[in-house]
Amino acid sequence: MIEKALKGNRAYWAWVALLLVFIGIGITAYGRQMSLGLGVTGMGRDISWGVYISQFTFLVGVAASAVMVVLPYYLHNQKAFGKMVIVGEFLAVSAALMCMLFILADMGKPQRVLNVLRYPSPHSMVFWDVMVLNGYLLLNIISGWAVLGAERKGVPAPSWTKALIYLSIPWAFSIHTVTAFLFAGLPSRHLWLTAVLAPRFLASAFAAGTAILILISFILKKVAGYDAGKEAREKLVVLCAYAGLANFFLLGTEFFTAFYSNVPEHMHSFQYLYFGLDGHAPLVPFMWFSLILGLTSVAVFLTPPLRRLNGWMIAAGIGIVLSIWIDKGVGLVIGGFIPTPLDAIVDYMPTLTELSVTLGIWSIGLLVLTVLLKVAISVKMQD
Amino acid sequence: MLELSSVAHGDAEMNQQRREFLKKAGLGALAGLGAAAGLFPAFGLEKTDPSVFSDNPVPGKTRWGMLIDTRKCREGCTECIVACHHTHNVPDFGNSKNQVKWIWKSRYDKAFPTSSKQFQSDDVQARQVLTLCNHCVEPPCTRACPTEATFRRWDGIVSMDYHRCIGCRFCMAACPYGSRSFNWQDPRPGIKELSDTYPTRERGVVEKCNFCSERLVKDQLPACVDTCPEKALMFGDLNDPESAIRKMLKANETMQRKPELGTLPSLFYII
Repeated sequence: MIEKALKGNRAYWAWVALLLVFIGIGITAYGRQMSLGLGVTGMGRDISWGVYISQFTFLVGVAASAVMVVLPYYLHNQKAFGKMVIVGEFLAVSAALMCMLFILADMGKPQRVLNVLRYPSPHSMVFWDVMVLNGYLLLNIISGWAVLGAERKGVPAPSWTKALIYLSIPWAFSIHTVTAFLFAGLPSRHLWLTAVLAPRFLASAFAAGTAILILISFILKKVAGYDAGKEAREKLVVLCAYAGLANFFLLGTEFFTAFYSNVPEHMHSFQYLYFGLDGHAPLVPFMWFSLILGLTSVAVFLTPPLRRLNGWMIAAGIGIVLSIWIDKGVGLVIGGFIPTPLDAIVDYMPTLTELSVTLGIWSIGLLVLTVLLKVAISVKMQD
Repeated sequence: MLELSSVAHGDAEMNQQRREFLKKAGLGALAGLGAAAGLFPAFGLEKTDPSVFSDNPVPGKTRWGMLIDTRKCREGCTECIVACHHTHNVPDFGNSKNQVKWIWKSRYDKAFPTSSKQFQSDDVQARQVLTLCNHCVEPPCTRACPTEATFRRWDGIVSMDYHRCIGCRFCMAACPYGSRSFNWQDPRPGIKELSDTYPTRERGVVEKCNFCSERLVKDQLPACVDTCPEKALMFGDLNDPESAIRKMLKANETMQRKPELGTLPSLFYII
């Protein structure tokens, strides 16, 4: 089946070539990081996680959001999602792969990664995260590939695929819950030490993930003539809008608890992110941009005349993805380190090396997604 | 100060065994030094003598702790820091981003950010307080570690296995005291004068204060305690009600860093 990815038009190959160039840049930068150490990044003693862990956190959400098409299709017989299910599953595969690559890129001793399995430590949330992420990737690639293979031969999918698909539904919730627990159980990091972190992660994931699915469906319609259908997109818009609303509601509750209680440690990170703290306000414009853009996009999706127009749908979709990427992929991880345990405010700026590695990993993910979707669409369109 | 062996282990037999170990370790170190032509610290080359572990330690019997009298700590004095960082081959790159530190001075209000700052005496406000790993009874760092590369020893010391650490830095995010450092670059060029008392580390692993466990086993006090010219630091077994440190804790009002987190630090401060 994979041979179908080797047949494409000029635009397809140009896209693949572009991604390969970016991957090359990323590998070169990673080589530099491997030979000189993680000191080549903007991370340091005080802000000890940066872009890599941020991207990981955002992408676990993207991976989990496949459930937003799988669940309605398999559990509620929503036939409208028929053409989107495989897209969601393969998006989950590429996102989960990127997550693992970002974790590897962040490690000081990546050659020792198997120590996580050699010395299994159930008290560590990382152990569980490695388990659920790998499991989720396997569940999606195996069930997606098997169902697609059966479709190509024109036979019904083997019955065991159903079991894997049903298992993948709670599993999707687990990957993002465990990812939230990586943060939410650390004492003294008050931005993270909150019970609503896991629910908020899920809400923002389902908003950003469904928005990405909407955007992918437009891209596939344009470049491959594969139309998932207006009905599927409109249903995704509704899911995206309410997930986005839930996310901003939960953010609002965080604000209330922090500022009404007036406990300094609870307020500090939010002050740093949204208003500036002791004259440090590097992320303030981004956070407000994220908040306003996100709320506006959700409003567009909730306005019936607007959400039916493709142009508005695309704009609001991009808006939600960008908004949540800034909130979760930048603010949440960096903001959690401010102030430091010794009450200092340290600003973080990623380096070119760090950004190149990040570009490289995103490109690997996009390449895998491109190849998988190429295969899927070729089978679905029987060419 | 206190005589360490009498506080730690009343068991004479164990002391005898420790002396045996010391002899062997000393010979091993010499052999190692010779092999490496004196270029590298010998510690890493020396084989472990299993006989020292034959007497199984009782977990929880001993709990090492430290009491810091901040009133005695002299302004501008860095002798304990210099001694610790030299004896443990802690690099100095002169930049705060990639900094590695085991023990350092912090302003009072930074070390105790949740304590009251209202109408405090100028003296206390300006005071520099020694900060290092708290060797917590409930350490959040060991809980977060996915490989048991950091773990709480039988004697309460929160220790590091540099050969197992994968460099994920979860322990750094988990530590509420900022006590952990990561080797963002190769530490060896940052070591001005190599010491053969403790192995150097590689880039990519986390490190921190080890309460001088390599000195304790030789019946020596931690380097910081040993070098303090003002005798501002006191070290001993917190589980022994008769130890000098316990008597001092009983006689003085002390503080701990962020006690509200339930980590139960083994460091105490007299302000």
